[in-house]
Amino acid sequence: MLITKVKTKEELLPVLSGRVLVIPCLGCSQSYFPVEEFNSLKDELKSSGANLASEVTFDYMCREDFTERRLEIYREQLEAADTVLIFSCGVGIQTFAGLIPGKKIVSGSDTFYVPGFPGFTPSEHDCEQCGECRMGLTFGICPVTACSKGLLNGQCGGAKDGKCEVDKNMACGWQRIFERMNALKGSDKALKEGVQIRDYKKSSL
Amino acid sequence: MKLTDLTRLGKFVVTSEVGPPKGINLDKMLHEAEYIRGRVAAINVTDNQSSVMRMGGLAACKVLKDKGFEPVFQITCRDRNRLALQADLLSAAMFGIENLLLLTGDHIVLGDHKDAKPVFDLDSVSLAHCVKRLEEGFDLAGNKLDGEAPKFCKGAVVSPCAEPLDPQLFKMEKKIKAGVEFFQTQAVYEPEKFEKFMKRVKEFGVPVYVGIVVLKTVGMAKFMNENVAGIHVPDSLIEELKKDKEKTKSGQTGVEISARLIKDMKNMCQGVHMMPLGWDDKVPKILEMAGV
Repeated sequence: MLITKVKTKEELLPVLSGRVLVIPCLGCSQSYFPVEEFNSLKDELKSSGANLASEVTFDYMCREDFTERRLEIYREQLEAADTVLIFSCGVGIQTFAGLIPGKKIVSGSDTFYVPGFPGFTPSEHDCEQCGECRMGLTFGICPVTACSKGLLNGQCGGAKDGKCEVDKNMACGWQRIFERMNALKGSDKALKEGVQIRDYKKSSL
Repeated sequence: MKLTDLTRLGKFVVTSEVGPPKGINLDKMLHEAEYIRGRVAAINVTDNQSSVMRMGGLAACKVLKDKGFEPVFQITCRDRNRLALQADLLSAAMFGIENLLLLTGDHIVLGDHKDAKPVFDLDSVSLAHCVKRLEEGFDLAGNKLDGEAPKFCKGAVVSPCAEPLDPQLFKMEKKIKAGVEFFQTQAVYEPEKFEKFMKRVKEFGVPVYVGIVVLKTVGMAKFMNENVAGIHVPDSLIEELKKDKEKTKSGQTGVEISARLIKDMKNMCQGVHMMPLGWDDKVPKILEMAGV
């Protein structure tokens, strides 16, 4: 899942030239859009002299066929603009820019990955979509995301009092695996077999 | 000379360590190494220790080797993917560097380039497996190496005083299965705990060289207790450091404690690994007092 965070006025003002067309991409289930921050940024930009001439709304900008259709609908606004200021995830901006090679595009937001999937509260239970789930071996705790180093073959030497060396508030993933194994009176026999090495090809189909 | 060959000959193995500089002048590092010349079997060279960027360990190992020292090339998985790790391993073999210490490595955020990308493509276990494959004449992808395969002596680390200990023993066993031939340990200040650890790992039949970090100040001991995983300095030692401020300042207390720890533990294990953190000049005295 993604979160987009609007950039600051200071970062955007120097790169906005001429008539600006503002396009927020809304209505996506993957991405949380910060409406309030978006509105107040526009106010700040206007009062600092930016010429936000018009605004049109997209959704699913990442889908090329949708975006092509909207570009036809909003051709007039687009032609009149010197700069297009886009508030979407990184995929949306790239799709848009790919369809209009001749137009100056400015990204109005930064895209962040957050744990979890749409519909679920982002939590410590993250999935990196590695494509080779090992949780059958690791007692339902994911070593790729529960360990800050994504270690597949056991705990490093950095855990202190059950906490990770990266963050004293974060439980060591491998300690969690062992605690759960002990609670289930499980064995580490299967886990001990062989050497686990990640195949990064598998993270995409 | 491979460290395990020394153990096989019945020798008590003494190693120490130096860190490459943050720069290109090796004078200080070599000066530190000279203090321990002839007193240690080999000198570990750290790899961007604590995730702080320094000169590469391989170059420092080569310089030490040319000067007649036996280096132990420490290699972590933090900064290199499997291609870079294998490339450095082959480079080390070409330089005639035989002893390796294979580590996962501290996380990037503990060091001085917190914004860097943490790699961890492999970990200490898969790195050991990777070295074994190179020794068998193949790279990790299964491609055949040209000509003679490299031969190493593969070491790794373990924390004997970690709590709980089971995850450490699990990993130690995995490392051995992956080809690790000796262990240097995290610093130990509790011989009773070390004895229990050694009883549990005896069945593995792999030499263990106990780690000694020389205590410099009360602050350092407290800092390690607070922040360093797998290390616990007991109150009795902290009191000993507090007792005679001048003596502690001169380094004498740290020397005495280190020598005593080695004396207490030398019969439990196959060697000692000194981590003097710049106090290399004190190492000969410690070894002499400990009778090793």
